[in-house]
Amino acid sequence: MTLSNSISAEERVWPELGACRVPGWVYTDPELFDREMEKFHYGKTWNFVGLECEIPEPNSYRRSFVGPRSVVITRDEQGEVHVVENRCAHRGAPVCWKQSGKGKDLTCPYHEWTYDLSGNLQGVPFLRGAKPYPGMPREFNKANHGLRKLKTHVHNGTIWASFADDVLPFEDYVGPEILRFINRVFPGREIRLLGYSRQHIPGNWKLYFENSRDPYHATLLHSFFTTFGLYRADAKFCVTPQPNGHEFIYSHFTSNTREASADMAAEMKNMKSNFTLEDMSVVTPVDEFKDGLISSLQVFPSIFVQQHGNILALRHILPKNAGGTELAWTYFGYADDTEEMKQLRLKQGNLVGPAGYVSLEDSEVLAQVQRTVSRAPDSVQVIEMGGRDNFEPSETAITETLIRSFWKFYRSEMGFDGAAA
Amino acid sequence: MGQSKSQLRAAVRDFYEDYAAILDADRVEEWPAFFTEDALYQVISRESHSQGLTHATIYCNGIRMIRDRGAAIRQTAVFEQRVIRHFISNVQAVEEGREIRAGANFLLIESMYDSEPQVLMVGEYIDVLVRDGESFKLKQRSAVYDNYRVRTTLVLPV
Repeated sequence: MTLSNSISAEERVWPELGACRVPGWVYTDPELFDREMEKFHYGKTWNFVGLECEIPEPNSYRRSFVGPRSVVITRDEQGEVHVVENRCAHRGAPVCWKQSGKGKDLTCPYHEWTYDLSGNLQGVPFLRGAKPYPGMPREFNKANHGLRKLKTHVHNGTIWASFADDVLPFEDYVGPEILRFINRVFPGREIRLLGYSRQHIPGNWKLYFENSRDPYHATLLHSFFTTFGLYRADAKFCVTPQPNGHEFIYSHFTSNTREASADMAAEMKNMKSNFTLEDMSVVTPVDEFKDGLISSLQVFPSIFVQQHGNILALRHILPKNAGGTELAWTYFGYADDTEEMKQLRLKQGNLVGPAGYVSLEDSEVLAQVQRTVSRAPDSVQVIEMGGRDNFEPSETAITETLIRSFWKFYRSEMGFDGAAA
Repeated sequence: MGQSKSQLRAAVRDFYEDYAAILDADRVEEWPAFFTEDALYQVISRESHSQGLTHATIYCNGIRMIRDRGAAIRQTAVFEQRVIRHFISNVQAVEEGREIRAGANFLLIESMYDSEPQVLMVGEYIDVLVRDGESFKLKQRSAVYDNYRVRTTLVLPV
């Protein structure tokens, strides 16, 4: 038994009972964090990087991230979208220092090496030297010194990137069911960007992934949810693990979900049945998708897509190090939204984000979980709600099937399941 | 109004310091009284504000939403105890007809259990004030924060 974080990766042994047990060190070990980034974010995965409406015109670009690495999303003169690593092939300086901008090329400020928007090296100052002195050697070939290009896929206004050339096709990677829910909010309608809120959570990125696939906590911790019937243990849910580490959850929203059964209410101590709002439009969504659903999905390892009433939000989960994660919220609507809908989206925006009525508790809890677990890396967490070996879809929110499914996937990918890595 | 520029600035500064004092004293129940009935209050990232984007981290259109924000903090939000101190500087104020365009820098320091105090947020208020007897009310307050990221959680109003 040790309290040190410096146990080597080879000595790490997953606790018995497998996916329903989680060791503390999985959130704190910097070496494991580096392995995760190589395996997942820089591996054979599709990472969300942005929306097409963020680079609306030819010759526009914007910075984003894949894992901790800075990338640039560009749209070239022909309108084609590219994603390149924001790292000059010369000395490693970032070539793009602006959050977004316009221009035909990217020029590294350090020595003014210039790249076109697809990442090809175009120009090197003093390529032939300051005469009569020699410049770059004859064999220096610009074609070999471009920016690192990521494989790029555009789907109905969303932009995805992969460091792996042999990643599965996007549709196969996310699978048909996730695709159906992505298409529900991104049906090809023109997207209108509404804005950004970012927060730094002093917690491991996996804590956030688990949190957003944990409907059990949502019915208890977020009493605002429960009080207004927005998300309730007594509602009918569809909580569904998916291959490749993905998941989706949907539930039916009806105004009478506010009337909880007495025994449910007794279990939910945080429910404030007397609390009400003066402006109820914040909790009175319009059923714009005509299916009465509240839905969310995760595409591992980068994004949580949420439709909560009329809030359309992307939670971009950006690992920074073992103990720190940026949660970048992008809010959007549709270009043809009415004035009423625009106002509803702004008002309901209060529900989520760094100050959200139903989300501020998450960053509060996760920051404290990270702190306590980092001081007890050999402690073991228990994930048994719904059954130890239950990885099946659930019709109740009171389940940890998605968290177990996550760890089953993770253990297999990282070689912690006893099989050869 | 027969008030010099420095008198106006001093009066606005008093108003701002009273606003900060009730929030620092955890008297969020008194916070809505600083606003007009039709007030717009928002806390918005510099990133969104500079691009002309409308989404705000906190968005209250009208006094009812402002009161709701205060009530939700008290009644439903679950968060770690903290002490916030506002530091307000560089107050500016110009009277234009019946309104006063005003602003100031703000710095919020947050102190919590088992950790050092930290800068929670730094930014500027961009305000429209109207006169209310000897004092003012806020018709619009945009608290534009310069932080690239909110530090963990934003619980209390800015």
